[in-house]
Amino acid sequence: MVQIRVEYFAILREHVGCTHEAVSTPAATVGDLYAELDRRHAFPAVGRLKVAVNDEFCDWSTPLRDGDSVVFIPPVAGG
Amino acid sequence: MKRFGFRRESVDLVACRALLADPVAGAYASFEGWVRNHNEGRDGVLRLEYEGYEQLGVKEGERIIAEALARFDITGAQCIHRLGQLEIGDLAVWVGVSAAHRDAAFAACRYIIDEVKHRVPIWKKEHYADGNSGWVNCEACAAHAGEAPPLQSSGHRHEGTHA
Repeated sequence: MVQIRVEYFAILREHVGCTHEAVSTPAATVGDLYAELDRRHAFPAVGRLKVAVNDEFCDWSTPLRDGDSVVFIPPVAGG
Repeated sequence: MKRFGFRRESVDLVACRALLADPVAGAYASFEGWVRNHNEGRDGVLRLEYEGYEQLGVKEGERIIAEALARFDITGAQCIHRLGQLEIGDLAVWVGVSAAHRDAAFAACRYIIDEVKHRVPIWKKEHYADGNSGWVNCEACAAHAGEAPPLQSSGHRHEGTHA
């Protein structure tokens, strides 16, 4: 098990009802973590999600390490 | 560094422009994105709310400006994006570029705003006159949920909202 901090923004923040949560998980990758949290929160379908670990973009197969901070990034709309 | 930033208060454009002053620059090009009252065929947008993932957003914004400085013959570039509640007509984003000559200044300015819109983690919630609200580019995708599993590339990309 690893301890992960998950931060939520925008549509996901509103859906989950908090800005962040601490998760203790057996998930091996960020993709596994997403699948686990999706079962718990039933995230809304928002199209193509990206993901960041420790404030850098990464891919879904990135291994999770204890203490990592993870952010799921819905389609952006700056400008 | 510090060429890309988020602001929660209004932006002083005179001060922004002054950041780019340079005796070798013969041109300055800028872009301002303004909040408008309609989007994607929907009228009655009353106001907007921008939310940013600031730690990653600043890094990605700085990377975009570094790319512009490497790619175009320019002397300086800056970008500021607003966060929080904005009203119709407010400045949402500003890009400024200085260069010896105008061609590079225009091209770099265009490059920066296009990349910022596609890459920097900023989200926009529109509030409508009928009391509804929605996250731009997210709610529309939700309507196509069956076509676009979240962990796979759906291949479709929405264009930005400014002309």
